[in-house]
Amino acid sequence: MTDHLDDYMNAAARAMALPLEDAWRPAVRANLDVSLRLARLVDDFPLPDDAASAAVYST
Amino acid sequence: MSETPASMSAAEIAHAVKNRKLTALAATEAALSRIAAHDKVLNAFTDVTADRARAKAGAIDAAIVAGKSVGPLAGVPFAVKNLFDVQGLATRAGSKINRDLPPSPRDATLIERMEAAGAVLVGALNMGEYAYDFTGENVHDGPSRNPHDPTRMTGGSSGGSGSAVGGALVPIALGSDTNGSIRVPSSFCGTFGLKPTYGRLSRARSFPFVASLDHLGPLARSVKDLALAYDAMQGPDADDPACIVQSIEPTVPLLANDVGRLRVAIAGGYFQQNLFPEAVEAVARVAKALGATQTVELPEAARARAAAYIITTTEGAALHLDRLRKRPNDFDPAVRDRLIAGAMVPAVYVDKAQKFRRWYRAKVLELFQSVDVILAPATPCTAPKLGQVSFTLDGVELPVRPNIGIHTQPISFIGLPVVAVPVPLEPLPIGVQIIAAPWREDIALRVAYALEQMGVAAAPPPRGI
Repeated sequence: MTDHLDDYMNAAARAMALPLEDAWRPAVRANLDVSLRLARLVDDFPLPDDAASAAVYST
Repeated sequence: MSETPASMSAAEIAHAVKNRKLTALAATEAALSRIAAHDKVLNAFTDVTADRARAKAGAIDAAIVAGKSVGPLAGVPFAVKNLFDVQGLATRAGSKINRDLPPSPRDATLIERMEAAGAVLVGALNMGEYAYDFTGENVHDGPSRNPHDPTRMTGGSSGGSGSAVGGALVPIALGSDTNGSIRVPSSFCGTFGLKPTYGRLSRARSFPFVASLDHLGPLARSVKDLALAYDAMQGPDADDPACIVQSIEPTVPLLANDVGRLRVAIAGGYFQQNLFPEAVEAVARVAKALGATQTVELPEAARARAAAYIITTTEGAALHLDRLRKRPNDFDPAVRDRLIAGAMVPAVYVDKAQKFRRWYRAKVLELFQSVDVILAPATPCTAPKLGQVSFTLDGVELPVRPNIGIHTQPISFIGLPVVAVPVPLEPLPIGVQIIAAPWREDIALRVAYALEQMGVAAAPPPRGI
């Protein structure tokens, strides 16, 4: 995905009506790169199909 | 008892006020004087609510003269991170944008509870913009500064809270902790900090960051003061949907209970990596004092940190999406760029992160079948220099900001209660996390108290002011 990161970033900004000035692109891209790298680490973890979300929970 | 109200603990102030050895007004004036004398350097306060504080203190003194009961924090000055609603102030949450909000009509629940216990609010505190920060720096208000060396970071995002308590401007401050924002400034500024169990303390009328991970809690210069504040703030609150309906469980009466039978373990693996020698030394001192030799592994801690990162950046982006579109140039550019990137992270990863969170929580809770307390570093290093962007660890240059919280994120990710205890190393203090099972703040506080009694943990006098 990294090869297409600029394309993805530009498309996402347009699709979501997010501002993305040229001066911001390197930092946004760097942050997105880190986020997607960490997201892939999460994605690599096998979870069962019936895994439930823990968005809000109590003990 | 210490000599002046400004150097007294919250417990000492309340005791003296209750017994008419000291007036609440005198305690308040002492705090206001110390703020006036030192905040030019520390930049901890963004608002000083002097008139309100004097009125509240006067009311407490009048109640005492009238023979009415006053609370356990009678006359104790405190301050709050400026994401807490304070009646009459716009809740800026470290931002420029929020200054345009109307004044808050009502205090946050935790302020109301502190004041119901007799405490006196003296102001609101500097913080990283919208709490998306580990440094304590703020482009709009300037950085809060470390009370032990003003050229260094306070840590964030509750930087003003760490600075105000570490600098002894107030004995107690309130902060918020999403990924480490109470524990990191506690570590850098040499204070005790409590991040309670997720859902324990109400977040009502505070400006959010990441609803799935946000906690509020106190910072103080002693464990007793920390527990006094925590006890005063407990209780259900219908205004925070995450706040559990559970009766108050006082911890102050339990602090001196023996800890000898508690099973204490050291977090291994992930938590013993990426550490400067100071962090290793601090954990070793605490472990030795507690007789801890066992090591436990929190499974998949690196992945837990990654999942916390994803949930944080996406929920944060969702919260600020409209502001990003309408006022992008009014953000701290670094925060804006992180949030815009967060908005672009596909939702599938957020869903997986939340599902992983449940798995991870279950696995970590299994550890608490065989241990009562887990020790881990609070930060990988002592306070870096303001503006420092990288450090070299094991020969590898790493960015400072995202790496400050790597040892706190896997813990708050599943809402475990933690007391960060300051180990007074030279020349700068550094914190250790005392981690307990959910709803066992009492255990973490007891261990912190024991460490304080042994002299292993202590809030050092501020040497930078």
